[in-house]
Amino acid sequence: MMPVARAAFDVDEVRAAFPILSRTVRGRPLVYLDNAATTQKPASVIASIVQYYTELNANVHRGVHELSERATDAYEAAREGVKAFFNAADHHEIVFTRNATEGINLVAHAFARPRLKPGDEVLISAMEHHSNIVPWQLACAATGAKLVVAPITDEGELDLDAFDRLIGRRTMLAAVTHMSNALGTITPAEDIVRIAHAKGVPVLLDGSQAAYHMRVDVQAIGADFYVATGHKLYGPTGIGVLYGRSELLEEMDPFLGGGDMIASVTFERSTWNELPYKFEAGTPHIAGAIGLHAALNFIESIGLDRIADHERMLLEYGTALLEGIPGVRIIGSARRKGSILSFVMDGIHPHDIGTIVDREGVAIRTGHHCAQPVMERFGVPATARASLAMYNTTAELDALGAALGHVREVFG
Amino acid sequence: MTSDINDLYQEVILDHNRRPRNFHALAEATHKAEGYNPLCGDRLTLYVRVDGDKIADVAFEGSGCAISKASASLMTEAVKGRTLGDARALFDRFHRMVTTSPERSVEDLGKLSVLGGVREFPVRIKCASLAWHTLKAALARDAIASTE
Repeated sequence: MMPVARAAFDVDEVRAAFPILSRTVRGRPLVYLDNAATTQKPASVIASIVQYYTELNANVHRGVHELSERATDAYEAAREGVKAFFNAADHHEIVFTRNATEGINLVAHAFARPRLKPGDEVLISAMEHHSNIVPWQLACAATGAKLVVAPITDEGELDLDAFDRLIGRRTMLAAVTHMSNALGTITPAEDIVRIAHAKGVPVLLDGSQAAYHMRVDVQAIGADFYVATGHKLYGPTGIGVLYGRSELLEEMDPFLGGGDMIASVTFERSTWNELPYKFEAGTPHIAGAIGLHAALNFIESIGLDRIADHERMLLEYGTALLEGIPGVRIIGSARRKGSILSFVMDGIHPHDIGTIVDREGVAIRTGHHCAQPVMERFGVPATARASLAMYNTTAELDALGAALGHVREVFG
Repeated sequence: MTSDINDLYQEVILDHNRRPRNFHALAEATHKAEGYNPLCGDRLTLYVRVDGDKIADVAFEGSGCAISKASASLMTEAVKGRTLGDARALFDRFHRMVTTSPERSVEDLGKLSVLGGVREFPVRIKCASLAWHTLKAALARDAIASTE
């Protein structure tokens, strides 16, 4: 008998955990292929939020009463869960934010802006989401610094040599995606960090897309900052995570001021709370953190390696399927790629594709995917994008293929 | 295939998408405006040559989905040679046609009626009305000052 390294991945069992997947859309079973925008939520995540509001609701870090203590325990347990999920060294390095965008803005405001001087540079890549472009543009505009963009290849891979060359004396920070939402490219995070650190430049990685497709170990990568968002990790919207190395977080001033982030307040001066509370002003999204914790537990119960295997199979299947449809061109062919299929069809605008496949119950994203510079780089106004998650099946990809056949029929 | 898809992508629309009419720049334009739908990236430049009270010529350039391109093409045919007042009135009637709820009947706008199908597709209404809003913006401005 063949040795079995891992328990079999049963996609039907995984699907059964997601209530929404049993609904129909326009009279057909939902085929949800827009996971890079947001993933669906397993029943355990939904239940954890209901349970919090039903049994535990109270504010955290404030009361001495039973509920407040228990809500605080659940909120802090969520932080421990995030710490373990990303293998951070210490739970103080995990800051809860609203989303990845807020995490990037926090670093741009509290870390970059006070340090940037006129003529300094922030280095990003040509495949960033707008959320990893605009905060740096704002920081540069406010300080007289310059935004520098490392190019990508025709395959959609980061040009590492150019990245290396572009890190100069004035580079203050590099901010790069760990996986492109528009192309699917997985960037060589360890190499990026090694190259930047060799020149004394700290690195922020945007893990919005990477974190739900592969195991992320922030210590092994050596990232200085890593951001992720809960709603793509099968968790609720409105909760995100910023990991920052203690040493850097300690040096930084707060981002937002208010309750919970202070040690003491007088009208003359205030002193800051310890990490990570210094960066969590006001009542946090307690239910969101608890829901995210349930989501991470769910992911771990399936296993990120098994999820990655399944998604790799789907990506290969979907790539072959799309390549077999005349007139379809896939945008983004990096050697290391997550389960995202961005494509265009000859003579047919992505929006028309999206509308027609939607009528068949197939949900895909069409447009510029908040990555207009990527569209420009590949000379297309927009793409259609099928993005796959742990619960997708080859049958769903077949449904997409059939729907694209109908698109062709309509347009002749 | 569902019938509303065929209602949306009628032959006239597909034809104007494939072979848009008046699809070029207009050197002697007196009015010009850019239309952009940030949601989908549809982008067009509209050129109008106004002579007295009349739209003597109108043309457009740009890229976009079949609905936005066909709508722009059909619009140029519909307003060419009309008075400014007629064009503005047609804007209002077109706008009413694409925004009235699908259950209610709407006025027949002749050839432009083929775009009535977007009423079943709320996110596509903007695609159909982009050219018209751009026309309104172009005409609302003073004539272009010559850059020569």
